[in-house]
Amino acid sequence: MSFLVGSNMVGGYGGADILKGCTIGVDEGEIAVIVGPNGAGKSTAMKALLGMLDLTSGEVTFKGKDITHLTPQARIAEGIAFVPQTSNVFVSMTVYENLEMGAFLRHDDISQTVEQIYQLFPVLADKQHQLAGELSGGQRQQVAVARALMSQPSVLMLDEPTAGVSPIVMDELFDRILEVRNSGVAILMVEQNARQALNIADKGYVLVIGENRHTDTGEALLADPEVRRSFLGG
Amino acid sequence: MEAMTDIANAIVLLLNFIVVPGLSYGSQLALGALGITLIFGILRFANFAHGDTMAFGTMVTILVTWWLQSKGVSLGPLPTALLALPVGIVFTIAIMVATDKLVYQHYRHHKAVPVTFMIASMGVMFMMNGIVRFIIGPNDQRFLDGERFIVRARDFKASTGLSEGLSIKVSQGLTIVIAVLLVLALFWFLQRTRTGKAMRAYSDNEDLALLSGVNPDRVVLVTWILAAILATIAGTLYGLDKSFKPFTYLQLLLPMFAAAIVGGIGNPIGAILGGYVIAFSEVMVTYAYKKVFVYLLPGSLEPSSLMQLLSTDYKFAVSFIILVLVLLVKPTGILKGKVI
Repeated sequence: MSFLVGSNMVGGYGGADILKGCTIGVDEGEIAVIVGPNGAGKSTAMKALLGMLDLTSGEVTFKGKDITHLTPQARIAEGIAFVPQTSNVFVSMTVYENLEMGAFLRHDDISQTVEQIYQLFPVLADKQHQLAGELSGGQRQQVAVARALMSQPSVLMLDEPTAGVSPIVMDELFDRILEVRNSGVAILMVEQNARQALNIADKGYVLVIGENRHTDTGEALLADPEVRRSFLGG
Repeated sequence: MEAMTDIANAIVLLLNFIVVPGLSYGSQLALGALGITLIFGILRFANFAHGDTMAFGTMVTILVTWWLQSKGVSLGPLPTALLALPVGIVFTIAIMVATDKLVYQHYRHHKAVPVTFMIASMGVMFMMNGIVRFIIGPNDQRFLDGERFIVRARDFKASTGLSEGLSIKVSQGLTIVIAVLLVLALFWFLQRTRTGKAMRAYSDNEDLALLSGVNPDRVVLVTWILAAILATIAGTLYGLDKSFKPFTYLQLLLPMFAAAIVGGIGNPIGAILGGYVIAFSEVMVTYAYKKVFVYLLPGSLEPSSLMQLLSTDYKFAVSFIILVLVLLVKPTGILKGKVI
C-alpha cells in the first residue's frame, strides 16, 4: 500500500477520458517517475492525484485516507505540494516572497525552513530580494521547487521540472531532488528526459494512452529491452 | 530686477494654474485609477461601475455631512465631510460587497470571460447611477464648509509684492495630503501584510496562488473593500474640490481608465503615475499661456491669441488621445502592466 496512490483512475477534463484506468503511487523517501510518449496522460495522471480533474471512477488515497473527493486546496493542506510545468513562480514577487507564499498555510515561524531551502539551493540566498521574473530558467525552476517545499509537504509532485533547462542545470536539479528525497519526502514526477529520470527513480511508470504499460524499479525499466526500444530510443 | 520679477510672476502663474490644480486633480484620478487597477488585477475585468461607485460613496458622505451640519457639528477650518467620510465608506463597502454577491459571484462561479464581467459592470453602472440620481437628484450639490483657502491670492501678492497671486484651496491641500497617506497605507498593506501578499500573488498567478493555499473568496472580498475605500475618498475629495454632480462622476470614468492603462493596468504604481500624467496633460493642454508669454517675452513679441492649445470643452479628448496613443505604441503602459 503506497503512501499516496491513485488506483484505477478514469477521467479527463470534461471531454473524452484521458486516463483509462491507470494506477500511480509513491512511497515515503522514494522517487517515482512517470514516463511515456506525448499524450499518454502523464501530467493528467499527476493532476488527478491533486484533484484538478473529476474522476469518473477509481480512488485516490493519501496516508491510508480516501481523498478522492477533496478539493486541490484541501489536499495541499493535507501535505501534498505541486510544481506546475509552466507559470510556476510569482514573477512580480521577490524570491523570498515566493517562499513566503509557499508557506502561506503555515502560521509558525518559517525562518528555519527558509534556511534549509537556502542550503539546498544556495543561489536563491543570493537572489532572495530579486524578482523571480528576472531569474534564469534554471533558477526559476529552483524557486518553483523551493516554493513547494516551503509548506513542508510529505509528497512533492513535479510536472516536468527540467523542461527547457540545459543538461547541466538538469543534472543539478536532479541532484537537488535526490537530496529532497533523502530528507524523507516522497517525490512523484513526470519527465520528458526519461532515461535520466529513470536513473534516479526508485519506481517508474510507463504510461501509454492513459493506461499502465510497464511498472517496475527505475533500474529494471532501464534494463528492459522492450522499454528501451519503445520509449528510450534504443 | 524687472526681468527677475517677470520670471517670478510667470512661475507663480504656472504654479497657480497648472501645478496646484494638476497635483490635486492628479491625486483624485490616481485614487480612482488605483481602484480600477486593483479590480482589474484581482478580478480581471474593467469595472465600468467605478465612477458611479465614487458617486454613490460621495452621495452618502454628502447626506451625512448635511445631517451633521444641521446638528451644528463642524471640524472648524476643515470640511465637515471628513467626519462623514467613514460612514460613506461603510455604505459603499456594503453596496459593493452586495453587488459582488448578487452579480459578479454568479459569473465567477461560471468562469465567465472578462468581457461578460465588463458588460455586467455596465449594468451595475446604470443601476448605481439611477440610485444616486433618485436619492440626491441630478443637480450640482455643494457640501464644502470650513476655511476655503490655505494660501489666498491676495495675501500672497501682499507678502511677495508680485502682481500674480498664488492660491491654494483647503480642498486641494487636503486632496494631496490624504492621497499621499492613503497610497502609503495601501502600499504598506500590499507589500507587508499576509493578505496583501496573497492579493499580489493572486493577481500575478491565480493558479499558483490557489496551489499555495490562498483563499480566493477572501482575496475578492478584500479587493472590493479596498476599492470602496479608494472610490469613496477619491469621489469625496473631487466633490469638495469642484462640486458634486452625478453625471460628472460618470464622465470621470474616461480619465481614470486612461490613467490606469497609461500607467500599466494592474500595476498600482502605474495607476498613480498615470493619474498625474493624465491630469497634467489635461491642465497643460487647456491652459491659456498668453499671460505667461507676456511676462517672458519682450513687448514686441507679445502674442495676440490666448495661446491655448485646446478649449477646456475638449479636455476629455486629451485623455482619449493619450489612451489611444499608449494602446498603439505601448499597450502594457509606461510601467509594465497586463496587456488588455
